[in-house]
Amino acid sequence: MKIILSVIGFGCLLVASVAHAQATAADRIPDTMEARVQACTGCHGAQGRGVENVYFPRLAGKPAGYLYNQLVAFRDGRRKYVPMNYLLAYLPDAYLMRMAEHFAALNPPPLVQPKVARSPDQVRDGQRIVTQGIPAKKIPACVTCHGTELGGREPGIPGLLGLRADYVSAQLGAWRFGVRTALAPDCMQFIASSLSEPEVAAVSAYLASLPVTTARPVRQPGLRLPLACGSQPQQGGQP
Amino acid sequence: MNPRSLLRKLARAALPAALAAAAWLPLRAQTNVSKPPAQASIVERGRYLAQAGDCIACHTVPGAKIFSGNRAMPTPFGTLYAPNITPDRETGIGSWSADDFYNMMHTGRSPKGYLLYPAMPFASYTRVTRADSDAIFAYLRSVPPVRQASRAHDLRFPYNNRALLLGWRTLYFQEGEYQPDRSKSAEWNRGAYLVQGLGHCAMCHTPINALGGSSQEKAFQGGLIPMQNWYAPSLTSNREAGLGDWALQDIVDLLQKGVSNRGTVYGPMAEVTFNSLQFMSDEDVRAMAVYLKSLPADQGPASDPGQAPLRADVGQAYTEGRRIYAARCATCHGAEGRGKLPHYPPLARNQSIGMSSAVNPIRMVLNGGYPPGTRRNPMPYGMPPFAQDLNDNEIASVVTFIRTAWGNRGAPVTAREVNQLRSATVE
Repeated sequence: MKIILSVIGFGCLLVASVAHAQATAADRIPDTMEARVQACTGCHGAQGRGVENVYFPRLAGKPAGYLYNQLVAFRDGRRKYVPMNYLLAYLPDAYLMRMAEHFAALNPPPLVQPKVARSPDQVRDGQRIVTQGIPAKKIPACVTCHGTELGGREPGIPGLLGLRADYVSAQLGAWRFGVRTALAPDCMQFIASSLSEPEVAAVSAYLASLPVTTARPVRQPGLRLPLACGSQPQQGGQP
Repeated sequence: MNPRSLLRKLARAALPAALAAAAWLPLRAQTNVSKPPAQASIVERGRYLAQAGDCIACHTVPGAKIFSGNRAMPTPFGTLYAPNITPDRETGIGSWSADDFYNMMHTGRSPKGYLLYPAMPFASYTRVTRADSDAIFAYLRSVPPVRQASRAHDLRFPYNNRALLLGWRTLYFQEGEYQPDRSKSAEWNRGAYLVQGLGHCAMCHTPINALGGSSQEKAFQGGLIPMQNWYAPSLTSNREAGLGDWALQDIVDLLQKGVSNRGTVYGPMAEVTFNSLQFMSDEDVRAMAVYLKSLPADQGPASDPGQAPLRADVGQAYTEGRRIYAARCATCHGAEGRGKLPHYPPLARNQSIGMSSAVNPIRMVLNGGYPPGTRRNPMPYGMPPFAQDLNDNEIASVVTFIRTAWGNRGAPVTAREVNQLRSATVE
């Protein structure tokens, strides 16, 4: 009898402590980057995968240096988008770098790209610019810097796959009008302001027509870029 | 763009020397320099005081050289540009003397004799002692000079006429260093000196009238911050951010760490913590907390909110809001609104939720937010924005629910209020 009672007693004790442990676990805040960046994934999708909304691009797998530069630019107002400027205003560099590294290391399966309803001529023009540039305007091919497979280049150049046409076109426009700026010398400012509107439309259409591959940012230290870019220092230093 | 002008009043020279010495001791201990200690320590002390005054917030464009000026400050009267205060002789304050600087802080007049616009919180800085003013000046002399002309203010008529400031000064400016209250402790006086003086808290937390003035009688009663669309809660009402029933440590945490068991700083207050309060010594923040907690309540503390009758007129919005809350908010803030402390703030019995102005809770749901990254909380947790997911009616419902559930006693919110803030803050 005594034994039975103590078994029951022990059982109750066990139940009680399990319940207690559960309550504590539910109240505990996970000490993870994933929990800390919930403010980001609400718009950019779980794991920074991207979402249907054209203007909330995929973050996952972009080079950490590129993501860091964007976070700093949003925080300091060099890249203007009110909700992002507001969100990052009082975050220190070290934390922004942790966020950048967090998303750079993720690789969730990409969203399926919707079909692009553009004329074949426009897409062909875009392909020419992306792969050969516009020599007459001294505009290098996109692939020279963004990688042959357009997966980006470490540490500071983003991949261009998986971006919707409206987003690419809006970014090039923002560069031209100074709403988006990168570290000086701002090579993309030169490129965006040299492109005509039809050329911007063609590049955007072509990029959006490409299937999303598993291409990752290229690592190729020492490669000389055709233009000087503050975001991609040629001799070491901060990305 | 945050208006960062707040109050700075510092203790008068008569403040017991022992207190000042105690406050600066930890700082001195860290300053291990080979220069003549007096010289180095006055600069170091000035740096600390300049942080207490949050000079950087207005006088430095983010990412630009410190104190090079020209940060735009939108006001209802036009845009002001804070000047270059580096020691450059041509474009900064390199030709000023310590007397010039003290007179400016104390009287709101430039060395050339013109009247400063009160966006420069001289109505607070007038409380700063001569010794502290000299230390700040010594520090400003020590930063690298930057040659950059200060932009002219862009004010509408008639505000572009500085002569009008005479009238403003008559109404709202009372010159004079902080006078210690000998019936209070040294710690209380230190806190009062920092809050009223360099801290310039009244610039936001006292209602601002149509003339841009803050009246003494309404000190710390709270107010909407012009152009920023944030509401600075009353520091005297226990129904807003009145701190009468807060534990001292929670006040210290809120100010210095940015998060606490009672609430979190966002928006303009996040800036103050980020630029200023996080760097202040534990002793000084505690002194400010002691003073703030002692401010008289302008109304009796709310009776037990648990007893509050649920408002009858919120019916449908409340039900809809409860559904949205369960789906979108409860994971972090808890089914009962208790939060997970300190990073997911409590919503139940959180004074800032039920304040008479619903601006802050609406903004939080629309825009989300990160508390500032501080020395004591370097990697804060962020609240996601919901502007892109929820429409005006849904946001009005969920804010109505939060403001009336769990004994909270705020008024319901309309979709129109949400819409106005959406267009003001999200484009």
